[in-house]
Amino acid sequence: MTALTILLVLALLLVVFGLLFRLQILTSIFSGAYVREIGMSNRVNAVLMLVFMVVGGIAFFWSFSENFSKMNPPIASIHGHAMERMFWTTMTVIGIAFVLTQVLLFVYSYKYQHKENRRAYFFAHNNTIEVIWTIIPAIVMASLIFAGWKAWTRITGPAPKDSVVVELMGKQYNWLVRYPGRDMKLGVVNYRLIDASNDFGFDLSDKAALDDFTATEIHVPKGHPVLIKIRSRDVLHAVYMPHFRVQMYAVPGMPTRFWFTPTMTTDEMRAHLGNPNFKYELACNQVCGKSHYAMKATLVVDEPDDYQAWYAKQSPNSANADMMASYKQTSQQAGLGKGGSKGAQEAAISETGETQAAPLSAQSAM
Amino acid sequence: MDWLQPFLGKWIEGGKLNPEFYLSLVTMHGTIMVFFVLTAGLSGTFSNFLIPLQVGARDMASGFMNMLSYWFFFLSSIIMFASLFLETGPAAAGWTIYPPLSALPQAISGSGMGMTMWLVSMVFFIVSQLLGGVNYVTTVINLRTRGLSMSKLPLTIWAFFLTAILGILSFPVLLSAALLLVFDRSFGTSFFLSDIYIAGQALHNQGGSPVLFQHLFWFLGHPEVYIVIMPAMGMVSEILSTNSRKPIFGYRAMIGSLIGISLLSFVVWAHHMFVTGMNPFLGSVFMFLTLIIAVPSGVKVFNWLATLWRGNIRFTAAMLFSIGFVSLFISGGLTGIILGNATLDIQMHNTYFVVAHFHLVMGSSAFFGLFAGVYHWFPKMFGRMMDEKLGYIHFWLTFIGVYLVFMPMHYVGIAGFPRRYYSWTGFDAFSQFADLNKFISAAAILAFFAQFIFIFNFFYSIFRGRRATQNPWNSTTLEWTTPIVPGHGNWPGEIPAVYRWPYDYSKPGAETDFIPQNVPYSQTASSNMPYEREMED
Repeated sequence: MTALTILLVLALLLVVFGLLFRLQILTSIFSGAYVREIGMSNRVNAVLMLVFMVVGGIAFFWSFSENFSKMNPPIASIHGHAMERMFWTTMTVIGIAFVLTQVLLFVYSYKYQHKENRRAYFFAHNNTIEVIWTIIPAIVMASLIFAGWKAWTRITGPAPKDSVVVELMGKQYNWLVRYPGRDMKLGVVNYRLIDASNDFGFDLSDKAALDDFTATEIHVPKGHPVLIKIRSRDVLHAVYMPHFRVQMYAVPGMPTRFWFTPTMTTDEMRAHLGNPNFKYELACNQVCGKSHYAMKATLVVDEPDDYQAWYAKQSPNSANADMMASYKQTSQQAGLGKGGSKGAQEAAISETGETQAAPLSAQSAM
Repeated sequence: MDWLQPFLGKWIEGGKLNPEFYLSLVTMHGTIMVFFVLTAGLSGTFSNFLIPLQVGARDMASGFMNMLSYWFFFLSSIIMFASLFLETGPAAAGWTIYPPLSALPQAISGSGMGMTMWLVSMVFFIVSQLLGGVNYVTTVINLRTRGLSMSKLPLTIWAFFLTAILGILSFPVLLSAALLLVFDRSFGTSFFLSDIYIAGQALHNQGGSPVLFQHLFWFLGHPEVYIVIMPAMGMVSEILSTNSRKPIFGYRAMIGSLIGISLLSFVVWAHHMFVTGMNPFLGSVFMFLTLIIAVPSGVKVFNWLATLWRGNIRFTAAMLFSIGFVSLFISGGLTGIILGNATLDIQMHNTYFVVAHFHLVMGSSAFFGLFAGVYHWFPKMFGRMMDEKLGYIHFWLTFIGVYLVFMPMHYVGIAGFPRRYYSWTGFDAFSQFADLNKFISAAAILAFFAQFIFIFNFFYSIFRGRRATQNPWNSTTLEWTTPIVPGHGNWPGEIPAVYRWPYDYSKPGAETDFIPQNVPYSQTASSNMPYEREMED
């Protein structure tokens, strides 16, 4: 019934609109405006240009100042601050360019609107001006490129040797988390070994895999570099943690990585935001299927002491009897002999370019 | 939303949209808009329409290829449209169809028949583009009328010409990517697949690289955005000049910047891939090349502004849309400097900031160019004028609507909202800003309804619009020397020869404020520059 009413109202509105339109044409024919080439409407449009600039400009700057600080996620990593500085440098440059060009566009539109007695100024080219507005943007761009390049190489450069290592594996539709265990060495994984009790595909013939452990939440210590190694076992995913300014794709068949240093613990961030329920969230940011929007992990930044205590409490793979039992079965099915996936191990080493992370001084004491 | 159930059936059971169908809609929106509307609508329609008229040719170089190009396009549209009605849904892996998602029907149901039809449709579309592109290039090179050297071509033709070259050089790469993907999907090859365990099964594929596909895709995908925007740039240059009654400022610089943009557009594709795990050194190189594109783009904007300066501006609907184009191009283009910076892209990649950026710079502004072109050349198409007042209303509602939609979207992106999310309620960090998203939706609905004004105006004017005169805008280019609606062969008698460049507006000493291209210098002695005299025939 409501749908019918809405349709009826819409139809009536259309009829009214059509009648008004005809009426307007008829009146303009009688008043002579129909054939006049440039009339009142030219001035109205010129004024509207100016109005749009003023109202739009105010609305834009108001909404920007109102929204930016509210929406920009508080920064919780060292390189995040460098990015923020770079953002504001770029914003200054583009802000100047934006205001300058938009104001000129609308002011010129208003100021040089048609006037009967004026003739446009024949001004076809001027090479000096062209050179000036080629060179100046080129110099500005060059400096932005230089600054961006420096920050980029630092952020994507090799992680410090003593980084804490966490590995994330994306799957439809959640994140698996593993730590290297006591030996600080991630064991070999092989996607052919994945089954219900061995989500990650651990190859347990590799000793390094025996003390690896998986976790439901990511824990990292504050103030210490963290190297996230990223894998995917099915389609593309992306690790995206807005607070840490971290983003990297998870690519099946090609391990990727990203390192950062957290600067605020979860508790500190809770106090800072006044939100006792705050949690650092990790979102999947590359469309991966039906429940892409729900593919989430949480991350806890601990004080280093708490982190160590948590790390020591985790139980290694070797304590998981189910996994040990199912490994025997699947490794036979996958045609991996007694030696396990040695080839895979070498491949894993060569593709990550790292055999093991040097022990974190704090952890080695455990 | 129950009332949609009769139309969408299982996709909206209980009035709630299915997440997979949401992804299908996103995918089809992107595909249809980028390829079938903006590419086909701008370069496809206007190149075929304006090139022969503005270069003074009887028809396109090959009428047969022209027809073939159209029917391939038609076929491809039918296939793409038909895929909407598949039981498993249309393609759902995003318009960028990144494998493995697009390669494995186990991963998402749209990657079954829906994806197959997408690929088949795109293959036909690419064939159509190539046939069209070769035809445009040939026509511009070979069929220019007497006296019309390349340095006297209207900027529209320059833009169509360079766009066609971009298309010819980049679409085949997408074709290859699509074919390799077909092989991976149907014949068990591993170009893009490796180490995959999905739906309880380990696949045999090894050694492929999903990132390779992204390189191939964006090698077309990036020039594609210039294929969309450059015809709009050309038409806007023409319309701004005509309606300011001033020559376009820096004609040669405009051509130079178009060429610069065309060249650079081939070497910036990987800025879509800064965080895909490719070597960071490549990231530095592509950041360098990407940010350099701001220079020729800046030159174009400054030249447009200088064209308006001290002009005598007539606000036709086409002129309004051209000014709107410049404004949107500035707003959207500048945020490209943020996204092109690899460092900042770490935070912004795949968020709504990106969505806002490209919708402004290549979506809305290309659309504004398209509208400007339709309003401006409508008299040439149908012999009647579109209603100007409705055009004004259409412009202002659309212009305001577009800004209201996409400006707030930047803030949403800064908050880190990922694109292609069906719902944000699972994330505390995102769901607290949902009200801004409602505002965006409301603005989008406003902008949507404003388009009905245009559609009404278009069809009404075809039949009942005011009759056009031969040269309603007092323009200088050749298409306005044909009969009001050009018949077969365009000019009934001989094709006019061209003597001058296309922008002799308000020339000092001239009797009228425009001198058409086909008027010889011998007839305009009072306004000739010292170096302007008749060429020996």
